[in-house]
Amino acid sequence: MTFFLVASIVKILVVFTVIMVGVALLTLAERRICAWIQDRLGPNRVGPEGLLQPAADGLKNLLKEETLPGQADRLLFVLAPALAFVPALLAIAVVPFGAPLPTPWGDVPLVVADLPVGFLYILAIGSLGVYGVVLAGWSSNNKYALLGGLRSSAQMISYEIALGMSTVAVLLLAGNVTLSDVVARQQQSLFTWNVFPLGLAYFIFTVAAFAETNRLPFDLPEAEAELIAGYHTEYSAMKFSMFYIAEYANMVTASALMATLFFGGWDIPFTHWDDAPPWTVAKTLATLGVFALKVCCFLFLYIWVRWTLPRFRYDQLMALGWKVMLPLALVYIALLATAIWVLHDRLGWTYDSRFALALCGLNVLLAIPLFFVLDRGHLIASSVAEGGA
Amino acid sequence: MREPYVSFLLYAVFVVANAALLIGVSHFAAPRRPTPSKLEPYESGMPPLGDAHERFSVKFYLVAMLFIVFDIETVFLIPWGAIYFSGDGAGGTGPGMGFLLAEMLVFLAILFVGYVYVWKRGAFDWD
Repeated sequence: MTFFLVASIVKILVVFTVIMVGVALLTLAERRICAWIQDRLGPNRVGPEGLLQPAADGLKNLLKEETLPGQADRLLFVLAPALAFVPALLAIAVVPFGAPLPTPWGDVPLVVADLPVGFLYILAIGSLGVYGVVLAGWSSNNKYALLGGLRSSAQMISYEIALGMSTVAVLLLAGNVTLSDVVARQQQSLFTWNVFPLGLAYFIFTVAAFAETNRLPFDLPEAEAELIAGYHTEYSAMKFSMFYIAEYANMVTASALMATLFFGGWDIPFTHWDDAPPWTVAKTLATLGVFALKVCCFLFLYIWVRWTLPRFRYDQLMALGWKVMLPLALVYIALLATAIWVLHDRLGWTYDSRFALALCGLNVLLAIPLFFVLDRGHLIASSVAEGGA
Repeated sequence: MREPYVSFLLYAVFVVANAALLIGVSHFAAPRRPTPSKLEPYESGMPPLGDAHERFSVKFYLVAMLFIVFDIETVFLIPWGAIYFSGDGAGGTGPGMGFLLAEMLVFLAILFVGYVYVWKRGAFDWD
């Protein structure tokens, strides 16, 4: 029990530190990559290659004067940044990030809390983040902030349904919500990585995750051309920083989830060396590295998309969520369940690479007409044309 | 079995303490020199007109209600998904895969009728 407590506390400290430092570096990475995409330099003065820029920003935000609007609801105004910050950092707790670490006192699973409720916990905690945003917008007593908060609440709950339904597809194959079991299920071969049998679910999940984290092309809650800074217009100094940290921590969690649910988690492709005991330190380090690499790829995707796609209009955003993503997810679950029934119950296949590739074929067949229709906004344009235009 | 929840509680306490620390430290470290114009809400430099806590579009309530309906459908799908494939209907003693599939297709069909109804009533149109 003592060993378990010590291991837990060490894991908690390490994970929290890694996320906070990761978030700091991510803010720098975002600015440097955006500069690179726009063919300019970006922050490169503070420390080598600007590496100390996040530290300077943090210090500045800690010491800057804070404004508190006179008409604001004081209690909620102070509470809102914490309500955004806490769930953003809590959600990562159930994600396994490496093979178990052997110690003289026993193996330590590399996950803060391997809860049996698994990604249901992430769906639950993830949706709590909306309270911070809505209360920030409402308590500021600023019309722009209020609009930002309202928009974000409607947007986040709309895409949450698509997000939840795309994870049901993962559940169908894994048969379990515990994330370490989801990872174990994907370790058979490269093709049992869920992105192959569940390609469309991955697509839905990615779109919904972008909307859930309020990132472009779905960043309407803080659309700076319309709403100044959206829900955090009135926030300054450390409280503003906390919203910023929450946004980037949410991105890290979403990226870690994409890697875990669809890209094999900490599994190293093309080898079974890392899958099974005896656990060694080398295995732990290698799987940690692979997991970090996968997460970084998705974080880069986030930044890349931000500087590539224009923002949606609000009616387009709601139409995409309710009229495209939701029915797509429903039909997909029905088709997938039928395909699994045919392959497993009728043909008697067990789950292996062949099974996964058959499902992958189904995904490709579905994807071709889908993207043909979705392309160039045909579907979105026609679905809003009745009222608008 | 309860161990993961202990770790989770420790982590939750740690995160909440950190949030409180961040707000607390900046409260004492930062200077505070309020002036009347600093205390006004920032609305693009225009003098704010009226209060922000007014009525807002009923559309937002509609979205919230639809969310609850469809989110509960998702909750119903999750336990079904968990036993569908790997459990073979609770270890071979359950109803079997074909029955589970038929059951869920009926459920989805009923859900879809409701979905088409709200679409036709214009609940998804954002004007």
